[in-house]
This record gives sequence, C-alpha cells and structure tokens, in this order.
Amino acid sequence: MNHRIGVLGAGVMGAAIATLAIGHGVPVVLVDVDDETLAKARKEVRQQLKLARLMGKLPRTGEAELVTTTDYADLADVTSVIEAVTEKPELKAKVLAEVSGVVKPGTVIVSNTSAIPVDEMADSVARPEDLCAIHFMNPPYLIRAVEVIRGPRTGDETMSKVTDLLAALDRDGVVVGDGPGFVINRILQRSINEAARIVEEGRATPEAVDAAFEGCLGHRTGPLATADLIGLDNVVDSLRVLHERTGDRGYEPCDLLVAKVAAGDFGRKTGRGFYEHGGAL
Amino acid sequence: MTTSVNHAAEIERQLLGFVEKHTKKTWTPDDDFFAAGAVSSMFAMQLVVFIESTFDVEVSGDDLVIDNFRTVGAMTSLVSRLRGE
Ligand SMILES: NC(=O)c1ccc[n+]([C@@H]2O[C@H](COP(=O)([O-])OP(=O)(O)OC[C@H]3O[C@@H](n4cnc5c(N)ncnc54)[C@H](O)[C@@H]3O)[C@@H](O)[C@H]2O)c1
Repeated sequence: MNHRIGVLGAGVMGAAIATLAIGHGVPVVLVDVDDETLAKARKEVRQQLKLARLMGKLPRTGEAELVTTTDYADLADVTSVIEAVTEKPELKAKVLAEVSGVVKPGTVIVSNTSAIPVDEMADSVARPEDLCAIHFMNPPYLIRAVEVIRGPRTGDETMSKVTDLLAALDRDGVVVGDGPGFVINRILQRSINEAARIVEEGRATPEAVDAAFEGCLGHRTGPLATADLIGLDNVVDSLRVLHERTGDRGYEPCDLLVAKVAAGDFGRKTGRGFYEHGGAL
Repeated sequence: MTTSVNHAAEIERQLLGFVEKHTKKTWTPDDDFFAAGAVSSMFAMQLVVFIESTFDVEVSGDDLVIDNFRTVGAMTSLVSRLRGE
C-alpha cells in the first residue's frame, strides 16, 4: 500500500512524527494553525532527519515529500491521519470531528494522545471504528517501540491497517487496552508529579532525583529530565486529563509544575524547565 | 604556510572553542568525546548545527556519520573538504 499520512499539529510530536515518516519514504501533509509554526516545524524536521541519520536510525538518503498547510481540506486524499494537537480534550474533540468529515471512510484516524481514552474521542468522529491511538515515544524517530491502543469500538480492519502503517514506519507496536493514560502515562505522569513534589518539598534537587533513578535503577533518563523533554505544559495537561477522569489526587498537578508552566518554563522547548537547556534542541 | 593550513587552523580553533564551551572541559584535536562518554547523542546534532551555521556548509548523505564528529580533527577535515579547501 502507498501510504500518505496527514499529521495534525506541528509541535514537538507532530514535527518529529513527520520526520519519522518522510525519513522512511512516506509522504506527509503536516497541519497546524499558523504559518510561523509550520515554518519552524520544517526547520526542525530537516535537523531531526540529520540527527536520526547521524545515529543510524533512519535511511541515509531518499526522504519523501513534506507538505505543510493550515487548511484541513488538503487532507482529503491521505491514507491515514495522526492527530498530535495539544492535549486538551475539547480541542481534540473539535479537531477529530473536523478531520473525520474531510477524509474518506476507511481512512484510519490515529490519535497520539498521552492520556485521553480512545472511546471518549470516538464520540467525536463520524466513524468510531476507524479510530485508535498510537502513543509514540519522544523522539519517535529514535525510539522504535510505540504503545498501540485499541478502543472498544475500534474495528478489526483499522487494527490491521495500523499494523501495516507501523511496518512502513519501522516501529514495533505493543497493543494495550483503553483507559486514562493507557499503560505508560498512567504510571509515568504520576512519577513525574511525585518527583516534582519531592523537589517542591525541598527533599532533593532535580539533579539528585534524576541521579537516583539513573544510577540506582538504571533508567536512561530520570523523571524530571524526562519531563523537560516532554514539555512541562504537556505534563500538566496530561495530569489534568488523568485527574479529571480518575478522581485520583495523585494526578493533581503539583504547585511547582503549575508555577513553572505559568512562568513559561516548559523545559527543552523554551530553554528552561527543571534544567537549563542551551540551544533548545 | 599556505592559506589552507591557516584556514584549517582557524576552523580547528573555532571547533575547539565550541566543544570546550559545551563540555566545560579542554580537549586535544584527537580526543574522542563520544568514547569518553562526555557528551550525549544530542551533542552530535549541536555540532552539525554549529558547523553548518558557522562555516556555511551543508552536512548530508554519507557525511552524516558519527565518525565525522568524534574529534575536532575529524570535524576540521570534514569542514575543509566541504569548503573545497
Ligand atoms: N511531548 C511528548 O513527549 C509527547 C509524547 C507522546 C505523546 N504526546 C501527545 O502528543 C500531542 C502533542 O503534544 P506536543 O508535545 O507535540 O504538543 P505541542 O504543544 O508541542 O504541539 C501541539 C501543536 O498543536 C497545534 N494545534 C493546536 N490546535 C490545532 C488545530 N486546531 N489544528 C492543528 N494544530 C493545532 C499547536 O499549534 C501546536 O503546534 C499531545 O496529545 C500530547 O499529549 C506528547
């Protein structure tokens, strides 16, 4: 099958998913709300292609075409859609409804949501059987494994098309069931929140928290360096999604996280979060 | 002394400056900072960005291999070659 993917949202994940796809020869139509964001994303994709190639993670030559646009109508002939807009449930509902009205029936619609259940989003699309979630890891062009979430209304045909899509992108899917945060974020977001709370209480510095997880437990990256990579704005949004859907106070974003986001310190993407990041890459 | 040697020396000086600023360590042109575990893979990308913007070259295709960025010496040769010097 000749894939052509529509990617919604050209932020941290949307741009990086575009890199993964075009690097594997799969053309992409990348959509965001303004041209400035799209221009920045084009530049990022170019650099990410280099990084991935440098590390031997993408074929060295021969990328497919990247089209950037603010017009959803340009998605009419894509073979699948990957939604990666901001983690706000009302926004996702609106965007998913819009895109399901543009694409042909049978076009797989994938959400890259961190924490919103597939079955909740299924209420927003015209054909719930065409919807599922793939939780790509950050950065998706370096990490092969992805979490694949089948909702109760996801069709068999959709699941087989997703298998085909992941093969084209050279990713390995781990299929899990539906529910807030799926597997990874049900655990990871709580750990990040708790780690931030420990810093807030003054019990340990971010460096000490991460050094403990890296040195003692062998994690490649500690929870707070991971939070800076994800984007603290996205961490707070994801925690709110989890908190609202589970009622579990462990997910209520702690004051330190909320304060950093209010101050505009989102982590790597703004140059400062729990750490300072020279040259926001 | 030919001009190309002077150019190479200048390229090397700028590269050493960049690497030292980012690793907060001093290096000789032959030290392998990846083998020394002093830097992450993201650093390789910062090197590519720095080289492209500072020396007005494009690193692509078969040149995008980590061996070209392991040492200041290797990067100096790469830049000199891409500039056709
Ligand atoms: N950051 C991570 O590490 C990570 C990892 C896995 C999944 N996710 C999920 O991926 C999604 C995107 O996260 P991100 O970190 O890339 O966020 P981001 O804030 O970097 O990017 C979101 C983008 O969506 C765009 N957008 C907003 N409204 C839009 C609309 N109506 N149409 C098109 N684009 C629109 C924004 O302009 C922005 O560029 C979220 O659901 C997030 O939870 C994030």
